[in-house]
Amino acid sequence: MTQLASADKKKRANIAKPTAMKSLEVEGHEATVGKVFTDNPKMTMRNVNVYYDDKQAIHDVSIDIAKNEVIAMIGPSGCGKSTFLRSLNRMNDTVDICRVEGEICMDGENLYAPKLDVVELRARVGMVFQKPNPFPKSIYENVAYGPKIHGLADTRVDLDEIVENSLRKASLWEEVKERLHQGGTGLSGGQQQRLCIARAIAVSPEVILMDEPCSALDPIATAKIEELIEELSENFTIAIVTHSMQQAARVSHRTAYFHLGRLIEVNPTEQVFTMPEHQLTEAYITGRFG
Amino acid sequence: MTESINHLEKIKNSLSRRNRAEKRFRWYGRTAIFIGLAAVLVLFTDIVNKGHGAFRITYIELEVTYDQDRIGVNNLTDPKELTRGNWEALSKTALRTEFPAVSGRSDKRELYGLISSGAGFDLKDRLLENPRLLGETERVWLLADDDIDTYYKSWLDGDTYSARMSAKQLEWIDELHQQGKIRLQFNSNLFTRGDSREPEQAGIRGAVMGSLLTLILTLLLSFPIGVSAAIYLEEFAPRNRWTDFIEVNINNLAAVPSIIFGLLGLAIFINFFHVPRSVPIVGGLVLTLMTLPTIIITSRAAIKSVPPSIREAALGMGASKYQTVLHHVLPLSLPGMLTGAIIGMAQALGESAPLLMIGMVAFIVDIPGGFSDPATVLPVQIFLWADSPERAFIEKTSAAIMILLSFLIVMNTVAVWLRKRLERRW
Repeated sequence: MTQLASADKKKRANIAKPTAMKSLEVEGHEATVGKVFTDNPKMTMRNVNVYYDDKQAIHDVSIDIAKNEVIAMIGPSGCGKSTFLRSLNRMNDTVDICRVEGEICMDGENLYAPKLDVVELRARVGMVFQKPNPFPKSIYENVAYGPKIHGLADTRVDLDEIVENSLRKASLWEEVKERLHQGGTGLSGGQQQRLCIARAIAVSPEVILMDEPCSALDPIATAKIEELIEELSENFTIAIVTHSMQQAARVSHRTAYFHLGRLIEVNPTEQVFTMPEHQLTEAYITGRFG
Repeated sequence: MTESINHLEKIKNSLSRRNRAEKRFRWYGRTAIFIGLAAVLVLFTDIVNKGHGAFRITYIELEVTYDQDRIGVNNLTDPKELTRGNWEALSKTALRTEFPAVSGRSDKRELYGLISSGAGFDLKDRLLENPRLLGETERVWLLADDDIDTYYKSWLDGDTYSARMSAKQLEWIDELHQQGKIRLQFNSNLFTRGDSREPEQAGIRGAVMGSLLTLILTLLLSFPIGVSAAIYLEEFAPRNRWTDFIEVNINNLAAVPSIIFGLLGLAIFINFFHVPRSVPIVGGLVLTLMTLPTIIITSRAAIKSVPPSIREAALGMGASKYQTVLHHVLPLSLPGMLTGAIIGMAQALGESAPLLMIGMVAFIVDIPGGFSDPATVLPVQIFLWADSPERAFIEKTSAAIMILLSFLIVMNTVAVWLRKRLERRW
């Protein structure tokens, strides 16, 4: 419910944009420009439409996410990038009024097929949220939770190993190894977010979705997370929504630009930030709005 | 220049006005708190003033001879013979020994009136506990009659009330007092006995046990049902016209006068399902109906206060809805639920109206030992005693109120402590 409210608010904020912007508004349907499709896709999205009740939040988006790439989704507030990201692991299911149309596939398997179990899907597509949200339990319990519920560890030793490996991969191990059994909420914001990343990778997902993972963090913590994303891209496919263009430029291989629920342009990151194909992308990255 | 001065002046004027308003408002608040506290204080002093006397009671020391012939019992182990025994003879003989000069029927009756009619049975218990006393003589403190108790206490306080005493009785008490054979003792009967028509023998043990049994049943029924309902409505139920309807009705139920629940219990549990009346089972069922809305509403509030980010985190990890609720939402909302349950229980403990409807207002001497024994509860006991004509019941009523209030204060303190203790920050 609250999500709807905030989505509404975002939309209203958009409608209230100055009229001088009018020339930049999207008119009618335009095809996405740039290199939308890849040769080795991990996930393929075709003609995706997302509605909140009768309001359409995502218009006809088609895009591929390649194996082991980091794809950044940028765009002004309310452009639907978070909504799109959340439809990739069906987190939108928790919003009663949200409806997803079109085809979203991972390894050729339709994620919205009736017989697909979301529990399995979310074990394969992990998620890191905007605000660090560790469980109010110990650090160990936070990381061990996923493997426990999915039955990934047979013995205590296995579990210990998974926890240590995940924390190492999230470059948090050295900082917390002495206090694994203290509360996860006692960590600093940046550490909490890395704990959430460790928690997500503990179940060895194939894809990790990150919804503005650094927006609540200070620059130093942000730098650490960005470094981490780069390391993680060796083993995982990562889709990251970010509000910061610099961040997108630093961490991603490809960048997708969303505008008012439409996917405007997808291109290699360097190209987007140096020679954007679409005038809207150019307007956004040069700071004319956003 | 002058304009800006005027401007400042205006702000200053309004400032003092605003400050005055704020000061006034503070005083309103203080007065309100003072009135509230004063009301509580007056209530408590009044109750304590009236009730403290009930914790002590008058005893008279007499020389008792356990004469086998007078009691008419040969075998102390035969219950039949024990029931037939003339136990009152023991205390009566002791009184005649103390005042040998008394003769004539009416004088003797007045003399026997000094001692509680239950004193003989106290002596019987004493004898059964120690059978070697049979045939022996000893000095025993015996429970005085309630009129004597009232008179003696009022006399000690200097505010003598002797309306129910005869001239001879006054004389005898004076004599006993001079010999140190009458005194106040701690009234253990108040805590160990059930109700009685004789104020000096009446205790609240029966009512306390009745309340305890009723509350246990209420808690066992209403907490699981209430919490399950709250979890389902909050986490699983779809939002539609039906759930809105249910929600409105739960809120309405919380506002239904409690006596209606009593009528409902009478009609459904007693008349339809033939649950025996006056027993803690039916009391517990009725109080469950009454506390359910409270528990559901507080539990839902507790569930709502769990941040959605925790749910998202668990769902994002691939936890099923059930696991999310069981592993995360429930532990985090449990303190709130427990607080709600304790407050609901405190409400149920103080409730008398619905129990009047289902017969828990009966005069019951025996202390209930199980859920199907006839029982009464504390507030109803207070009502019964307040309704009794004997003057000695006035202080008993206040004492029972003190005991009920102390239970309520303990329960509310536990609720506050639990909330503080289990509350988690995130």
